[in-house]
Amino acid sequence: MGSARLDPTVQGSEEALLARLRAGEPAAFDELVRANFGRMLAVARRMLRSEEDARDAVQEAFLLAFRSIDRFQGGARLSTWLHRIAVNACLMKLRSRGRKPEQPIDELLPRFYEDGHRIDPGPPWRTEGPDPVEERETRVLVREAIDRLPETYRNVLVLRDIEGLDTEETARLLDVKVDTVKVRLHRARQALRALLAPHFAGEAP
Amino acid sequence: MTDRLLTCREVIDFLAAYVEGELAAAERAAFDRHLAVCPPCVDYLHDYRETIRLGKAALVSETEIADAAPEELVAAILASRTRS
Repeated sequence: MGSARLDPTVQGSEEALLARLRAGEPAAFDELVRANFGRMLAVARRMLRSEEDARDAVQEAFLLAFRSIDRFQGGARLSTWLHRIAVNACLMKLRSRGRKPEQPIDELLPRFYEDGHRIDPGPPWRTEGPDPVEERETRVLVREAIDRLPETYRNVLVLRDIEGLDTEETARLLDVKVDTVKVRLHRARQALRALLAPHFAGEAP
Repeated sequence: MTDRLLTCREVIDFLAAYVEGELAAAERAAFDRHLAVCPPCVDYLHDYRETIRLGKAALVSETEIADAAPEELVAAILASRTRS
């Protein structure tokens, strides 16, 4: 996302907007908010799962952005920069909520015999039939499964697989090591696979 | 981990690196040798990739609808700028 090359017209209009923001032009702030509000709210909803918290986080994110607009470096898109600020505001919100005791994730991970073979692999997932993603019911079911992941794992899954942040940036934002991000992401995907398996394995219903 | 056949456990433990294309050529070849003879691991790899795809589709599709910014919130956001 961050490496997207700028279209010259987009770059031109972004530079113009940036200049107006830096000059403190009220209409420019109005424009910035309206153009980016929907996307930022979407990020906050994915990360926070509470409409009230999501709106708070978006408001805080814009406030942070207004304060640091002078430090915005060209080269990235303004929307990408705002996306990172929104993610950060959501993480602050999550920290302020305090950490709830988490279910261990181990029982959702594959188990192995001593010789390295997997215990009880279960039936393979269906591959025929219509794409499950097209069904609203499936999307609800997958979202509920993601919400059942312990928060430490859910956060990494959302940042890496859904928000598209790279491992280094995720590690920096969460203040953990790169290897920790890798391990948590792999476990989160494995646990999600286990939660989804009963719905997708076996013969078509 | 290149000469002998990998175990299922080794394959599954390093699946993320395989899927992300982070393995060196020799390691990748060792993975592929295992997958060629192990249908359960092929299934696991398929399900793992499908899980990533389903997760992304489920969260993005439902929340990506760009709401028009509610006026009172826009006003509050803009007011917070002049107060700060």
